[in-house]
Amino acid sequence: MNLYLERRTEASRTALLLAPLAAIVFTLLICALLVAWAGAPVGQTYALLFDGAFGSRFALSETLTRATPLMLTGLACAVAFRARFYNIGAEGQLYLGALAAVAVGGMHDGVGFDLPVPVLFAGMMIAAALAGALLLLIPALLKTRLGVDEVVTTLLGNFIVLLFVSMMLDGIMKDPMAMGWPQSVALNPDLEFGKLIAKTRAHTGLLWALGLAVALWLINRYTVFGLQMRAVGANAHASRFVGLPVTRVMLGTAMLSGALAGLAGAIEVAGRTSYVTLDMSPGYGYTGVVVAMLAGLHPLGVVVASIFVAGMLVGADSMSRAIAVPNYIADVIVAASLLSMLVATLFAQYRLRRKQA
Amino acid sequence: MEWMDLLSSSAFWVAVLRLATPLILGTLGVLLCERAGVLNLGIEGIMAAGAFTGWLVVYLGAPLYVGVLAAALAGMVFGLLHAVLTVPLGLSQHVSGLGVTLLATSLSYFAYRVTFPSVNTPPTITPFAEMTFFKDIPVIGPVLAGQTVMTLIALIAVPLIAWVLNRTPLGLAIRMVGENPAAAEGQGLSVTKLRMGAIVAGSALMGVAGSFLTLAAFNAFFFNMVNGRGWVCVALVVFASWRPGKALLGALIFAFFDALQLRLQQGGTSLPGLPELPYQVYLMLPYVLSILALVVMARRAAYPQALMKPYRKGER
Repeated sequence: MNLYLERRTEASRTALLLAPLAAIVFTLLICALLVAWAGAPVGQTYALLFDGAFGSRFALSETLTRATPLMLTGLACAVAFRARFYNIGAEGQLYLGALAAVAVGGMHDGVGFDLPVPVLFAGMMIAAALAGALLLLIPALLKTRLGVDEVVTTLLGNFIVLLFVSMMLDGIMKDPMAMGWPQSVALNPDLEFGKLIAKTRAHTGLLWALGLAVALWLINRYTVFGLQMRAVGANAHASRFVGLPVTRVMLGTAMLSGALAGLAGAIEVAGRTSYVTLDMSPGYGYTGVVVAMLAGLHPLGVVVASIFVAGMLVGADSMSRAIAVPNYIADVIVAASLLSMLVATLFAQYRLRRKQA
Repeated sequence: MEWMDLLSSSAFWVAVLRLATPLILGTLGVLLCERAGVLNLGIEGIMAAGAFTGWLVVYLGAPLYVGVLAAALAGMVFGLLHAVLTVPLGLSQHVSGLGVTLLATSLSYFAYRVTFPSVNTPPTITPFAEMTFFKDIPVIGPVLAGQTVMTLIALIAVPLIAWVLNRTPLGLAIRMVGENPAAAEGQGLSVTKLRMGAIVAGSALMGVAGSFLTLAAFNAFFFNMVNGRGWVCVALVVFASWRPGKALLGALIFAFFDALQLRLQQGGTSLPGLPELPYQVYLMLPYVLSILALVVMARRAAYPQALMKPYRKGER
């Protein structure tokens, strides 16, 4: 083949903005084949899917509920990936954050800590953020000190954390009222988030996620640390040459990323579940990677991407109840849109050229 | 239970070799990709796809070995996808690999649910039989007799891949594109073809590793049955310093602790010198060990020099 890729001197903004759209359209076309294979009418399936995701007040509230943790894990991945620190451990950080939140704000032996609610609330959020940050600090230190690849350590860490949480739910964090069901003690009801939309599950945790997305965007754009993070990601070698504290920036980025994922755990507990259970996250940590990539690692893009991904997941659940297409189609759509997005961004930055003979 | 009783019981060593088999195959698969300079995090999903495809083909009436071949083929398809994304397109090997894992896993689950819309107990097949004819060989006989032919394939694949990599012109070419692709190109070798070929071949091994789970270890397909084994293989390759022989050793050490963990969990008995701990601690052990192995080896490891570096002609 006489084809090769040539870097465009300047990638057009329109092309970069259209890339996610093109990727999603392509993905839905591919997945239409799978829907047809399952023996369902494609148009009706997609109509049911979108209706189940965005078609009613209830559908929208469910989508926003699902989008909240995805926004936070998506931000966690976007921040880290931008600095070329591949944190795939958001799942574990989420669980540890949730556990820390309940440790501080839980009703141990039927009573919470005797502190004013605002203090307790702040304590809960800080504990969750710290738990996530410190958890990710381990692979970050292993990477900067010993050169151990963070992808494998964070991936394997997820399994360790989940077992640790399981151990805690059998042990000191066990809910004595749960009758053997692995569940932590309940969160102090005073610490729970209010409803965002009355009579639905959508909670004010979404506002936290939105606020953090905006804050991150501002940090990225207007602070020295934001500039340093971007510089280290763009070229760590050159950054070291101009005297940036590359290691410190890397560790700071990792802690920020871990903290965001940890907060996702606290916000899930305080907004939705009230307990830590072993199935509280259906892979929000891994889906966060997809959200971050679809967003082009942009904090505000993460908001849009997380609502799209959450919509697919929620819509597929409701669709599969009405028509014989398994809800795993949502996971296929999410995975395929990640890969399409990668390719679409590439072609926004490169052009395919034919070699002159 | 005494340590001596445990270590001299052939049942324990049968379990070790059995648990090691998918790890041996998977680790060899990752090793082959990485020797050519490409990280393949698709393994976790490719193993799921191999497990599902192999099992489905046998369930539909094909012989067991056709199931293994189908699993290899499924691995190759996803391997080719990863290869196209990472070699000619030069995309991030981390992200592409994760994408392949997510895609292969979700496609397998989707396909399983389409073919079996409403089953509560997973449908079963007759898996590979144990090779009982080995039982009369002294010492290793009883251990081999408890294995299936897939373990034998895994054990043969180790020296075979070592030989190809170290003793053949093809192996030299593969190692060269993993160390110095520009120099390989200068020798007239096609970096693109060699890298893609190595990824596809490695992914076939990963597919076979997955099929061991459904065609030999169990007799049905479950969700989450790979359960991190793929990631463990990625860690084992670093532990093995990218050498097939050491990969075998690493897989066996890992499986030893896994078997020990299972024994401690089931028996509820403790061995002398080991405290009674919650069962989760024992389940954690294999993952903790993988990370420790990475930490210990990271400094000494002789990474393929071009690992994770996409190669675009004329670009630095």
